[in-house]
Amino acid sequence: MLKIENLTATVGEAEEAKQIINGLTLEVPAGEVHAIMGPNGAGKSTLSYVLTGRSGYEVTGGSATLNGEDILEMEPEERAAKGMFLSFQYPVEIPGVPVMTFVRTAMNSQRKLRGEEEISAPDFIKKSREIAKQLKLDAEMLKRPVNVGFSGGEKKRLEIYQMMMLEPSFLILDETDSGLDIDALKTVAEGVNAMRSPDRGMLVITHYQRLLDYIKPDKVHVLSAGRIIKTGGPDLALRLEAEGYEGVLGEAV
Amino acid sequence: MDCCGGTDEHEDDCTEVTVKEGIDAKTVEAAKALESENYSAGFSTEIETEYSPKGLSEDTIRFISAKKEEPEWLLEWRLAAYRRWLTMEEPTWAKVRYEPIDYQEYYYYAAPKSGAKYESIDDVPKEILETYEKLGIPLREAEVLLGVKGAAETAATAREAPRVAVDAVFDSVSVATTFRKELEKAGVIFMSISEAVREHPELVKKYLGSVVPQSDNYFATLNSAVFSDGTFVYVPKGVRCPMELSTYFRMNAENTGQFERTLIVCDEGAYVSYLEGCTAPMRDENQLHAAVVELVALDDAEIKYSTVQNWWPGDENGKGGIYNFVTKRGDCRGPRSKISWTQVETGSAVTWKYPSCILRGDDSVGEFYSIAVTNGRQQADTGTKMIHLGKRTKSRIISKGISAGKSDNTYRGLVSINKRAEKARNFTQCDSLLIGGRCGAHTVPYVENRRADAQLEHEATTTKLSEDQLFYARQRGLGEEQAVALLVNGFVREVLQELPMEFAVEAQKLLEVSLEGSVG
Repeated sequence: MLKIENLTATVGEAEEAKQIINGLTLEVPAGEVHAIMGPNGAGKSTLSYVLTGRSGYEVTGGSATLNGEDILEMEPEERAAKGMFLSFQYPVEIPGVPVMTFVRTAMNSQRKLRGEEEISAPDFIKKSREIAKQLKLDAEMLKRPVNVGFSGGEKKRLEIYQMMMLEPSFLILDETDSGLDIDALKTVAEGVNAMRSPDRGMLVITHYQRLLDYIKPDKVHVLSAGRIIKTGGPDLALRLEAEGYEGVLGEAV
Repeated sequence: MDCCGGTDEHEDDCTEVTVKEGIDAKTVEAAKALESENYSAGFSTEIETEYSPKGLSEDTIRFISAKKEEPEWLLEWRLAAYRRWLTMEEPTWAKVRYEPIDYQEYYYYAAPKSGAKYESIDDVPKEILETYEKLGIPLREAEVLLGVKGAAETAATAREAPRVAVDAVFDSVSVATTFRKELEKAGVIFMSISEAVREHPELVKKYLGSVVPQSDNYFATLNSAVFSDGTFVYVPKGVRCPMELSTYFRMNAENTGQFERTLIVCDEGAYVSYLEGCTAPMRDENQLHAAVVELVALDDAEIKYSTVQNWWPGDENGKGGIYNFVTKRGDCRGPRSKISWTQVETGSAVTWKYPSCILRGDDSVGEFYSIAVTNGRQQADTGTKMIHLGKRTKSRIISKGISAGKSDNTYRGLVSINKRAEKARNFTQCDSLLIGGRCGAHTVPYVENRRADAQLEHEATTTKLSEDQLFYARQRGLGEEQAVALLVNGFVREVLQELPMEFAVEAQKLLEVSLEGSVG
């Protein structure tokens, strides 16, 4: 599924560019959920932006493939059409554009890129209604402009709503737990777990172990200074929680 | 004058942005191709054009007046305006720059051109057809707009739903028969102003120049002297005009000139919705447009005036393009009358335009909804004036300026509350959106208030189309230009909602086309 080899990447323009990803190697097979944990500044968000093609993030070496296809040369929307989805740590407000309009435009754009038919209005509405119900989202909310005036929890739930609508094949969740109370966290985790399937991979980026109580990872990686320095099972997350990054990182060095 | 709203100038920082070679350049090239096509030997014989003597003089004006078989009073009216114009100076206060205009280099009268520009649709440059397709204009309509031989006839038979007035542009037969009859039955007068001068002289004489007097401003005075043609509408007492009126279909029958004059009068309790303009990238050789639009709303009358303007903005170096110096003003003459201006401005090299309302009648209402897009090297200085004279008059201004490329976009507005205008209210909202780092947005709101009980609100924002928003949309699968279009549509939604349905859809597509290549 997702295969990253010896990836290096910089952030910023020309002379100001700073190398943030330093030879990162990682493989997430289909059907698995991998967690990436690490202290602030380790390169977690950078990794998610590099994988999804944000401008200002430049790959200087290594490779990243999704199902064998090189994704690093693709435009962000092409990667999306190939099934890459990023649930943003800070979802962006889009004034004047209702959620339903936004998601439907995105969905049809992806379908067009894949050479598929557009979704019909009734099918879209039916699907939207089912998913909104599952995520306990108010139907009225979906008529409002994207993220405008939404609470932190609502924004995160809206990310999951979009994810479930678009049915991507690979998900990156960037700090999805931040800003969520425990009930919202459970709802969000249920949504994510419902997406687990043998042909879908997930990368869960998080600071805390808390989210991993609800979204059980197959593997946990520790990211530090732009590299994976330790990989283990779910118990590694528990150890990080107990001993702190310093304890675990100290051992790895 | 006190300036309560203050004057903010928002200049943007200067980061490097490369402007992609987009459809704009293509359109320009296509337009150029058309120009040369026009002069190529094969077609020149088919074009019948009758010009007045070059330049401006009393003789030119007499020539125009005689051609139009105008009555003596109108000739005198024109001459008076011309003599006044000679004493005036071209205004320079707007934030626009252009080469000095040599008024003696223009022809002030050119009879309608006839004859086909293309033998068949196959001769039309591909780029032009692509542009039409992007605008969602059906091929048949495109053929007519481009002047393909015989297109008007086939388009007329192809269209069999004459209920929507906009459709009627291509159907000169039904304009002359169905619509005119229907409008006549309702008592609505809708014709060219030249015809109106002949058929309804008393109405024209009564209202012409009553909102925009001859002496108003340099360009309006020039227009008064040489106006070529335009539209006249009169809706009688208590009549709700049964359909939306549009310049579309009248223009097809008769090419209006560069000095249009529009006069719309709504008698007591009457209502009309008028659409001006054309979303197609119309070919237009005229450099200078100095139109005058006058609206008169009597007691309880309502006029809704919508414009979509997409004239040639000039090439990427700022050469060519239309100078659009327009005076548009509405007079809410009677109590409880209402005038609403909605404009979508995407074309022209230089725009100088302030559709305004004089709120004379007590409880009258003035509205101004505007979207002004500038790209490339376009310059727009546009806004409105709301002059509150009557009691409890209300006005509302929503202006959305979008600047891209190396363009400059200025909102200039005046809200004036007169001594008699007790409890007048105004709400002004000016939002600017910057795309890229080499454009400018400026907001210049003036307020003159003579009443302590006036209620004035002013909101202004300047935002940059954010990298965050663009990336978010692209991550979800939208292409870059589609993402820009969606974000821009969100930004202008409040104004788009004010447009009649079919117009709004076209305006939306037009925004997309005019902003193509603005990011990159």
